[in-house]
Amino acid sequence: MSTDTSYRWAEGPYFGDYGGRWMPESLVAALDEVEDTFGKATRDPEFIEEFQRLCKDYSGRPSLLTEAPRFAAASGPARIFLKREDLNHTGSHKINNVLGQALIARRMGKTRLIAETGAGQHGVATATAAALMGMDCVIYMGAEDTRRQALNVARMRLLGAEVVPVEHGSQTLKDAINEALRDWVATVENTHYVLGTVAGPHPFPAMVRYFHQVIGEEAREQILEQTGRLPDAVAACVGGGSNAIGIFHAFLDDSSVALYGYEAGGDGLETGRHASAITLGRSGVLHGARSYLMQDEDGQTVDSHSISAGLDYPSVGPEHAYLADTGRVSYEPVTDAECMAAFERLCRTEGIIPAIESAHALAGALRLSVAWGADGEGRIIIVSLSGRGDKDVATAAEWFQMLPGQEEAPDETEPGAAPETGVQA
Amino acid sequence: MSGNSTVGRAQDDSAAQSLSARAIEAARAQGRSAFIGYLPAGYPDKQGSIDAAIALIENGADVLEIGIPYSDPVMDGPVIQAATTEVLQRGFRIDEVFEIVEAVTQATGAAVLVMTYYNIIDRMGAEEFARRLAAAGGAGAITPDLIPDEAAAWHAATEKYGLDRVFLSAPTSSPERVESIVRACRGFVYGVSLMGVTGARTEVSDAARRVVDAAHQAGAQRVCVGLGVSTREHVRQIGEYADGVIVGTALVAALRDGGPEAVGALAAELSGRA
Repeated sequence: MSTDTSYRWAEGPYFGDYGGRWMPESLVAALDEVEDTFGKATRDPEFIEEFQRLCKDYSGRPSLLTEAPRFAAASGPARIFLKREDLNHTGSHKINNVLGQALIARRMGKTRLIAETGAGQHGVATATAAALMGMDCVIYMGAEDTRRQALNVARMRLLGAEVVPVEHGSQTLKDAINEALRDWVATVENTHYVLGTVAGPHPFPAMVRYFHQVIGEEAREQILEQTGRLPDAVAACVGGGSNAIGIFHAFLDDSSVALYGYEAGGDGLETGRHASAITLGRSGVLHGARSYLMQDEDGQTVDSHSISAGLDYPSVGPEHAYLADTGRVSYEPVTDAECMAAFERLCRTEGIIPAIESAHALAGALRLSVAWGADGEGRIIIVSLSGRGDKDVATAAEWFQMLPGQEEAPDETEPGAAPETGVQA
Repeated sequence: MSGNSTVGRAQDDSAAQSLSARAIEAARAQGRSAFIGYLPAGYPDKQGSIDAAIALIENGADVLEIGIPYSDPVMDGPVIQAATTEVLQRGFRIDEVFEIVEAVTQATGAAVLVMTYYNIIDRMGAEEFARRLAAAGGAGAITPDLIPDEAAAWHAATEKYGLDRVFLSAPTSSPERVESIVRACRGFVYGVSLMGVTGARTEVSDAARRVVDAAHQAGAQRVCVGLGVSTREHVRQIGEYADGVIVGTALVAALRDGGPEAVGALAAELSGRA
């Protein structure tokens, strides 16, 4: 990689060979309108001021950068800092993008917001923004995910949104996106589709990144302030990849900072039950973008699997595909078991319950620290703690066999579901 | 306008070789608009879909669209989704499409297009897909999620193998986009009659006429209208201004409920033969 390459200012529609608009013609006019409105908004001081005001006074930015010394200690001497997107209003980074897009929707005169959601965090954020701005809201969610994330379904309904369980296909995030697109193509006149990640047709990857760039900008400033230097590594989980792009962006041109994206390894790559699109996918087009895609020999999308609903997606944002090909970011899978061990360790050592999505990045940071060994002395890792784990309590309790029935009859649980224990604080 | 006449000439030249253009022009010569029917490949099974396609053509369809079942059909409504999901669940493989196209073209000599989401073409490689489709006797492909802006590879492949490229033109397409769509199409332009996905509607939207007029004004020789067309009355109404009328969901529902015979009966009714 030549040192004068800038990765930071790719605007789309293409990121290397990836991105573009692989979309029905019926939606092209709407995408043009979003692109035009977004472009003008980013040059309008009034828009920028309003967005920043909402981020500060409504969602509570800047989010903290918290050192996690007890979490870091067992793996090696490296220092680990957490970028606390879990402390934002609604509990994850998703609110950044949603507030931005809701303002764009209002500028376009749209009165109805629709969105897909996997874990429910993006749906909750969208329902929140719709309530705040007095707009109608419909959230599409895979039927399997509505069961996994029942609490978030109730939260969205409390906020006044209609939640539509999607029964087609694998009944997860990708099918929720299909259904949201079907809604949008029929309602585009009054409706904005608040796509929740850096995937989809242009301008979504560039626009969603823009609204999340603040994560990395703050983290970079905060780490300089707290330690006087840049980190050695930044770690984030990658499903579609919005929190990862958000935190990577500010560091892309700092060649001394290694960047790591952690994909959902599910039951392990060898089982075929995973969501590691970059690690095992190949170039294809889905949901409007060319990117890495989990697909079979005929080009049919392969169902993804992860304990984390938010990472359960068979493709990835096109900018990540580009950053993977150029080698600027390293992408690695983290299995459910490795992720849940890191989840448990953060709970017990720092008193922070992370989202299971974010626990993939925590596991990645531990892996880095272990690999460095004694060389980790004086090194710094920033982890994007993209969300809080309240929504995951039921899933985690089941994993760790803490549910009442499980405690009484531990023998009946699957051996494969046994938690990794023995973490020493 | 010189731009339009160039486009017009280009399409006229292609009419001689384009299988779908020839079929639409033959209908025009009989003083009517063409009737185009859609059926999913492999539904309810391979032989059933071949029988249904033949029944459709024998009862008045001028052009046939064979839809390729796909895991993520964002432009399809519940009826077609249910059918294609069933086909995928029984382990459908892409080779079957070429076998069906070959069987139907050999039995009927009709113009048979495939309708496919682009990742199916992309995975095989545009050139290989075009080669196999041409070898099976296919006329070309309709690509609902491919816009001309992204179609460089598909354009080259279809040119090489003399296949039709049918892109969609929508009620929301700007005049500039309509012009580029018309220029990119070979065979005919697919006019989307309404903003929405496939599925029967009681009324045909008045947007259909505007879409057809815009494409004609941009130089299109043949514009066929689809989405929401389900009755003889729709076919008659749209046939007054469009060069062809496309019916999908109603035929798939007939196949689901009554097999190939029901498809034949509905086709006869839609084409005005019954």
